[in-house]
Amino acid sequence: MKAGKFWAWAVFILGAAYFFIPLIATVEFSLRMRRGVYSFDAYKVVLGDSQFQATFIFSVVVAIFTILLGVLIVVPTAYWIRLRLPQLRPVVEFITLLPLVIPAIVIVFGYIRMYGSNSPLPFLGSNLGANALLVIGYAALALPYMYRAVDTGLRTIDVRTLTEAAQILGAGWGTIITRVILPNVLIAVLSGAFLTFAIVIGEFTMASLLNRPAFGPYLQNLVANRAYEPAALSIIAFAITWGCMSLIQILSRFAPKSANRPN
Amino acid sequence: MTDLSLSNKAIAGKTAPPAEARSLRLPTQWLGVTPFFIFAVMFLILPTLYLMLGAFQNEAGEFTFANIVALFSANIVAAYWISIKVSLASSLIGAFAGLAIAIAIVRGGLPDWIRSATLTFSGVASNFAGVPLAFAFIATLGRLGLVTVLLNTLVGLNLYAHGFNLLSFWGLTITYVYFQIPLMVVIIVPAIDGLKREWGEAAATLGATQAQYWRMVVIPVLWPSFLGTVILLFANAFGAIATAYALTGSSLNIVPILLYAQIRGDVLHNAHLGYAIAFGMIFITGLANIFYIWFRTRSERWLK
Repeated sequence: MKAGKFWAWAVFILGAAYFFIPLIATVEFSLRMRRGVYSFDAYKVVLGDSQFQATFIFSVVVAIFTILLGVLIVVPTAYWIRLRLPQLRPVVEFITLLPLVIPAIVIVFGYIRMYGSNSPLPFLGSNLGANALLVIGYAALALPYMYRAVDTGLRTIDVRTLTEAAQILGAGWGTIITRVILPNVLIAVLSGAFLTFAIVIGEFTMASLLNRPAFGPYLQNLVANRAYEPAALSIIAFAITWGCMSLIQILSRFAPKSANRPN
Repeated sequence: MTDLSLSNKAIAGKTAPPAEARSLRLPTQWLGVTPFFIFAVMFLILPTLYLMLGAFQNEAGEFTFANIVALFSANIVAAYWISIKVSLASSLIGAFAGLAIAIAIVRGGLPDWIRSATLTFSGVASNFAGVPLAFAFIATLGRLGLVTVLLNTLVGLNLYAHGFNLLSFWGLTITYVYFQIPLMVVIIVPAIDGLKREWGEAAATLGATQAQYWRMVVIPVLWPSFLGTVILLFANAFGAIATAYALTGSSLNIVPILLYAQIRGDVLHNAHLGYAIAFGMIFITGLANIFYIWFRTRSERWLK
């Protein structure tokens, strides 16, 4: 037993070293911009850079639209599958797992060939269309996570009873989904949303190949050309990911409460 | 893969019994899932199918195997080979290290806060990929990285003089392991939690030693989900591009980077060869995922 505990500690400490040393190194590096002393100069330069602000805001907006599109597609589908078409579940689950099989670069390659400016659906012919296609692509990438989050949320509520109760009170489908189902799975939806946000905010492949002025390509360009600023940005990116995951954790603590409400 | 899903849908549509006899408006049943299927067909299935068909066509649109044959040229085979090697190495190292950490935090008798902190951190680190991750390793093990410099000044060990290079197979593997280990931890911890205490007690009652319990109970139960996760990690690394691109530019010739260059500037001077490369990637990750689903269903039988 004692030996087991020793090994557990040894493994944990070794793992912690592997995961924390690169973070420490990056923090240390990001503080070295001013010669001889540690300073936050790199952060100041980065945060003050207008290109940083522009690309970051662009990516945040794209992430928000991605989340909205994801919710719009996933929530009604997952609800309907649970309520009326359980026999379609394997097919829908299979499709939602496809983005894990098909690499993002292949999906976006397909978009470029199918929706180019000379195609019947010229998404890439205009800026707005290309932005829309980026949002669509991200929604596809986030599909596995969004669907699983929402489906798990739906599992904890009694979809059938809630629907029938709402129908007896005279609610239409739109009202049922937006005012009955969505509030009940809100926490699950939000977890999916934050995960989507974490994935989208620094995504490089799709944004770069669709030529969008997003945060990922900006980061990439900075790594190639600067020394200290990318370190500061890496720490900022890590903090954002950390923030998203912490919010998911905090939200998951509230989840059981909402699940008990209908009972 | 996409063919399969289409035919599945068709089969499901045909053999599905009418969900509820009392429903009078049958078409509205399907209306509820139509947006999802339109989205999936337009933005997942058709674009992929388009590339897969393109892989078997020449410039004039005629059927040919020439593109697939062209995949076996030295340059492209080398790219696939190094991609497979990096993915395999990083998924195996990530899987074993992740398993060790998972067992340590679940069964090792460590304080509770370590378990929850590790799980949270794993959630973060498994999503921490791409450019920031690449830069973190440049700052650590690059020529002027913290660890490189410290090893040189404190121990007098010059990593780069000993042939180490971050922009190489091992450099990329070590970097990929950073998101592979946490992914393994996130997936395998529930499986280890699923090992019932009664099994250990039953084994002990029958006189099994701790080693026998592990060899004859734990490993056979965990094996399918472990192997399944290794495959998922493999596919995860195989499709990754941003980390490698930020780390090595185009100096390390892995498949996603080759495809990226091809999409950007037709470096192979043959558009349909690009389709064939995409087809090859889907073929490999698809094969891996079929195994994954197979192992997953096998392991779930035990963990219910």
